[in-house]
Amino acid sequence: MTKAYWLAGAMSMVSALALAQPATAADTIKIGFVSTFSGPTAVIGNDMRNSFELALDHLGRKMGGKPVEVIYEDDGQKPDVGKQKTEKLVQSDKVDFIVGYIWSNVLLASLKTAVDSKTFLISANAGPSQLAGELCSPYVFSTSWQNDQTPQAVGTYMNQKGVKSVFLIGPNYAAGKDMLAGVKSTFKGQVVGEEYTVWPSQLDFSAELTKAKNSKAESIFVFYPGAAGVQFLNQYAQAGIKAQIPLYTAFTIDELSLPLQKDNALGVPGAQQWVNDLPNDENKKFVADYRQKYTGLRPTFYGAQSYDAANLINSAVVAVKGDTSKKDEMKAEMEKVNFKSVRGPFKYGNNHIPIQNFYLQDVVKDGEGQLALKTVATIVKDDQDRFHDKCPMK
Amino acid sequence: MFLVVEQLLNGLQFGLLLFLLAAGLTLVFGIMDFVNLAHGSLYMMGAYFAATFAAWTGSFVLGALLALVATLLLGIALEFVALKHLYGRDHLDQVLATFGLILFFNDAVRLIWGPAGLALPLPAWLTVPVQIIPGVFYPAYRLLIIGVALAVAAGLYVVVMRTRIGMLIRAGASNREMIGALGINIKLLFTLVFGLGAALAGLAGLMQAPILTVQIGMGENILILAFVIIVIGGIGSIRGAFMAAIFVGMIDTLGRAFLPDLLRKVLSGAAASTAAPALSSMLIYLLMAIILVVRPEGLFPAAKR
Repeated sequence: MTKAYWLAGAMSMVSALALAQPATAADTIKIGFVSTFSGPTAVIGNDMRNSFELALDHLGRKMGGKPVEVIYEDDGQKPDVGKQKTEKLVQSDKVDFIVGYIWSNVLLASLKTAVDSKTFLISANAGPSQLAGELCSPYVFSTSWQNDQTPQAVGTYMNQKGVKSVFLIGPNYAAGKDMLAGVKSTFKGQVVGEEYTVWPSQLDFSAELTKAKNSKAESIFVFYPGAAGVQFLNQYAQAGIKAQIPLYTAFTIDELSLPLQKDNALGVPGAQQWVNDLPNDENKKFVADYRQKYTGLRPTFYGAQSYDAANLINSAVVAVKGDTSKKDEMKAEMEKVNFKSVRGPFKYGNNHIPIQNFYLQDVVKDGEGQLALKTVATIVKDDQDRFHDKCPMK
Repeated sequence: MFLVVEQLLNGLQFGLLLFLLAAGLTLVFGIMDFVNLAHGSLYMMGAYFAATFAAWTGSFVLGALLALVATLLLGIALEFVALKHLYGRDHLDQVLATFGLILFFNDAVRLIWGPAGLALPLPAWLTVPVQIIPGVFYPAYRLLIIGVALAVAAGLYVVVMRTRIGMLIRAGASNREMIGALGINIKLLFTLVFGLGAALAGLAGLMQAPILTVQIGMGENILILAFVIIVIGGIGSIRGAFMAAIFVGMIDTLGRAFLPDLLRKVLSGAAASTAAPALSSMLIYLLMAIILVVRPEGLFPAAKR
């Protein structure tokens, strides 16, 4: 029965689907963009790329008078692949900036390569606690948040609502652990249970939902980005738990998952530093132009953070008039946040993580009869992450 | 106690769903000696068809039935156009060709339906929890999955063990040169078996669709589990696939349900929370490895060849 042995080997082929993209060279501002462009979470990478491209359109596709060249690389949501792509961008493409990174585990694997080569890395999403603390670097900036901040805001909101107990569920990787730790750090009630699921392969949450239901907790908190958020929410609603135990979320409901979650998401609150309806002028322009350029799509917070990343890079390149060898000057300029963010004004802490507001978002039916995310209230103002003390930079 | 009952049901439901996928795979692999990595793509197509037809007709049941027919036809067309040319070939050729088909189907879906995925909402009567024994509520849709999968298992048993077609299928699994020599139209039999396998994959995909999302590449993760099941159960054996699928479903679900609590008794809370999901996802592969060593022909091998 050699067939069986043989088959076991063949299985690995199925799990190894990867793509590559060509690159060119010229006298330009070179930006490497690492995100997920294949597999189920490719929609997130697409949204980031769309927003980054839109920002470049708004900048006339030039920074400091020089044309911009962006090299997009697919990390396939795998830390080892992300590291390889980062090495390629740094060593063979010799890019001036690296942007992107949805996943904390991918970013952590890639970080050393970028930092050792003194290439500026702008995280447009991932915010692992290590990055804010002991692994902080002069060459790393974030246009998103530190992972704990958003769930901390959710925990604060749950206190305001008078919630007494919670059951926590999240994926078993760097960001999942940060997220659950974040809620626990601010939530004053009792944490009845805490479950981690296999990431990203686990798709069925029946075992965890059953436990949550039987724990008699007053509420459930989850963190499930991308398609997993759709699956969790659907299963939560189908199990009839929605009527019994209210759900609180971080990064589980966004403009990409909402069309698939549909009414199951109605009335499920979350927290976010950016919501598409924030009333500042930059944001109105970003959202309107995005919807015009990419018909039928709406930008997400992933996109908003990528849009900000392009503008952050532009501010640095303009300050040195396109001479990207002046790294200290570029760093000093970026620390000033000398651009208008679509989330409204923010400052950088010593660790280059934004000090910013977090808003309560809710799912409602908008004027066009579509489900949309709406800013309801400001939960915390000028929130700084709780790891900045561990960062040796002053 | 109620918790255990519910978790057992969760495991049974997951296992039966895996059976639907593994049954088709084991039929095709065992009887036709053909490695079909694109089985997961048929699973995906079943889900996409169901989501599309359900949106057109406005009925979940009608959409599901149409999708079943569509996947059956797709399977037969696929066999006729591409796969039948590969039967005599080496396994490696088959793997490469069907791996190419995975890429083909993923990109075809991206072209036709776009990259964002689809939703397959359930009708209201399926989204309510049902009280099965006093004090235990279970989602109606998951009960439906259990019911449908058991019916399919029973149907397959009757077809394979009690009908003439089934006799030919079993004969084909045992010695296909011989039944060819006896004047049976083996080509037609293969097309039929492949279509049946495709329809079973499509059924698994469309049943799973409302629980998971309908998205590109949805068949790849679950296909690996299906391979594990046919290795454990014995290649070509429907009974083996059934037992192994329930086995794997139970181990996976119960591992996730109870391992963290067990580990917390010996390890610190944080370490246990992290180790438990990693360990429980390893359990089924450990089981497969042990079975490959101890009983390489699987737990319930098909008739000796």
